[in-house]
Amino acid sequence: MTATVPVRAGLAGAGSPIDYASLIEPTRVHGSLYNDPAIFAEELEKIWYKTWVFVGHASEVPQPNDYVRKTLGLQDIIMTRDRDGEIHLLLNRCAHRANLVCDAASGNSGSFRCPYHGWTYRNTGELLGYPYNKGYGGKGKLDLAMGSVPRVESYHGFVFGSFAPDGPSLIEHLGAAAAEIDRLARLSPEGEVALDAGWLQHKTKANWKLLAENETDGYHPQFVHGSIFGVTGSPIGALYSDASTAVTRNLGGGHSENDLRPEFRKFAEPMRWFGTTESRVPDYVAKMRDKYGADAEQILIEGAPHVMIFPNLFIAEIQVFNIQPVSAGECVQHSTAVQLVGAPELNKRMISQSIGSVGPAGMLLADDTEMYERNQRGVELRSPEWLDVRRGVERETTDEGGFTIGTATDEVGMRGFWSHYRELMERDGTESGR
Amino acid sequence: MTTPHTLTTAESVDIRRVEAFLYREARHADENDYDAWEALWTDDAIYWVPACDTDVDPLTRVSIIYDNRNRISTRLQQVRTGKRYAQAPPSNLRRLISNVEILGTCESSGGDTDIEVGANVLVFESRARGNELWGGRITYHLRPDGDDFRLSYKKVVLVDHDKAVATLGFLI
Repeated sequence: MTATVPVRAGLAGAGSPIDYASLIEPTRVHGSLYNDPAIFAEELEKIWYKTWVFVGHASEVPQPNDYVRKTLGLQDIIMTRDRDGEIHLLLNRCAHRANLVCDAASGNSGSFRCPYHGWTYRNTGELLGYPYNKGYGGKGKLDLAMGSVPRVESYHGFVFGSFAPDGPSLIEHLGAAAAEIDRLARLSPEGEVALDAGWLQHKTKANWKLLAENETDGYHPQFVHGSIFGVTGSPIGALYSDASTAVTRNLGGGHSENDLRPEFRKFAEPMRWFGTTESRVPDYVAKMRDKYGADAEQILIEGAPHVMIFPNLFIAEIQVFNIQPVSAGECVQHSTAVQLVGAPELNKRMISQSIGSVGPAGMLLADDTEMYERNQRGVELRSPEWLDVRRGVERETTDEGGFTIGTATDEVGMRGFWSHYRELMERDGTESGR
Repeated sequence: MTTPHTLTTAESVDIRRVEAFLYREARHADENDYDAWEALWTDDAIYWVPACDTDVDPLTRVSIIYDNRNRISTRLQQVRTGKRYAQAPPSNLRRLISNVEILGTCESSGGDTDIEVGANVLVFESRARGNELWGGRITYHLRPDGDDFRLSYKKVVLVDHDKAVATLGFLI
């Protein structure tokens, strides 16, 4: 049966299953998880092309026949809104000779025409026609279509796709993280978020999981971002200090959050979460009180979520990130400013603050990215082989909702991420969905 | 003879003096001489690197950089801490500025008449992460100031503006 099998990096032999239990322990993970191409290839099949993955937002295709190009894993995707308003995720590939059907980044069209031989498709992926059709025995003879992501669902306009034809619904996948998206939407006086301010695209020479882990790592901000906190006198650093009452929560399903609400409740000042006061944004606050009545105070005090939704959606209060992998050692961070429908006073500030903070030149994210890239170079080194995720394991507790929580600086989120990751990667390829 | 203060037409500007200013600005940026670079800017400065959409209202769409004078100052204060890790250590840099053209004049919001200059740029950046080549089109607004100029506007449209780009930590 098995002839000589080359041993890969002292781990499982090529062709034989990777033993994830030997790589992922409760408080440490093996460095090869970040740089082994075989593990990356398996992640594509078991995570990126199986679970629900964030792709874009409905507000990017507001009108019938709008479309915008996206990526899902390594796939070139056209997110379309058909004439009836339904959103589709099409694979940008002609059913004839695999040419790319769409070369524009965005636009409005009910159909796409492949430039190679002129085949045309409706924006649902349906084949409309092909030139010189006698060569195929006439019109409508071909049972072909563009590929599409079989399941597309959205939540508050956040569009997710799953390549698994069946499995858990989006709402099941989101689990407790859905309430965090609710919190974000509730900051709009109309209860709606838009992500229509364009996307920054930040090329990052690091494994995507380093980013997912960092997003709710409350241990690093004081160190990595000390330079900007010091210069601007930002109070954000204190939220992630040893004295902070904020909480890191494992939301299950690989999702986690830094819950900053305990800190904001302490001050009980509306708009403090946004670094301002209600007198600076009076129209917004008035609209919110109109809409939410007695609940408005709490909403305005508690502010926006800081949540990492497995595997690739990070909502960082007023910014949204879409992380997409490129290879074991590279990924792209797409980031934009949250726009709250009906809140023009806030929206301009959110764009300005986002430009300052995120993207390739951001005064926060460029430094995070430098860290990711140095981590990636670090995991190439031969020892100590493992990355440690034990911080706070001895002081974890369970909150009233049954979730594991730790202090603001504990690695609770990372442990939740790895436990879910291991579960997904240990499934064999035939299982669906989750 | 006209003095720079009374310049009203682009034709009356000596392109060699314009180029000398652009090369000086480029050298300060290449050598990470933050103080000298910052001193070139006017108080109403705009330093803009658009992202995907290059001709949009930067107040309603995200950009890679859209700094007013205050934010230029914040950006430089951050890097001066020595703990702006995206530039600590700083990138090694050299850039070429070419195809310099005087495009006309334009009125600033404060009523000054600035000279609009276009140029191409190619920056070679070396970092531990790897080397990057950054190409772009720059539009400058230069404000006559005695025998010299000050910089009131610099817009850098990257050739790669519609693609993912690496960390842009240095002054482009």
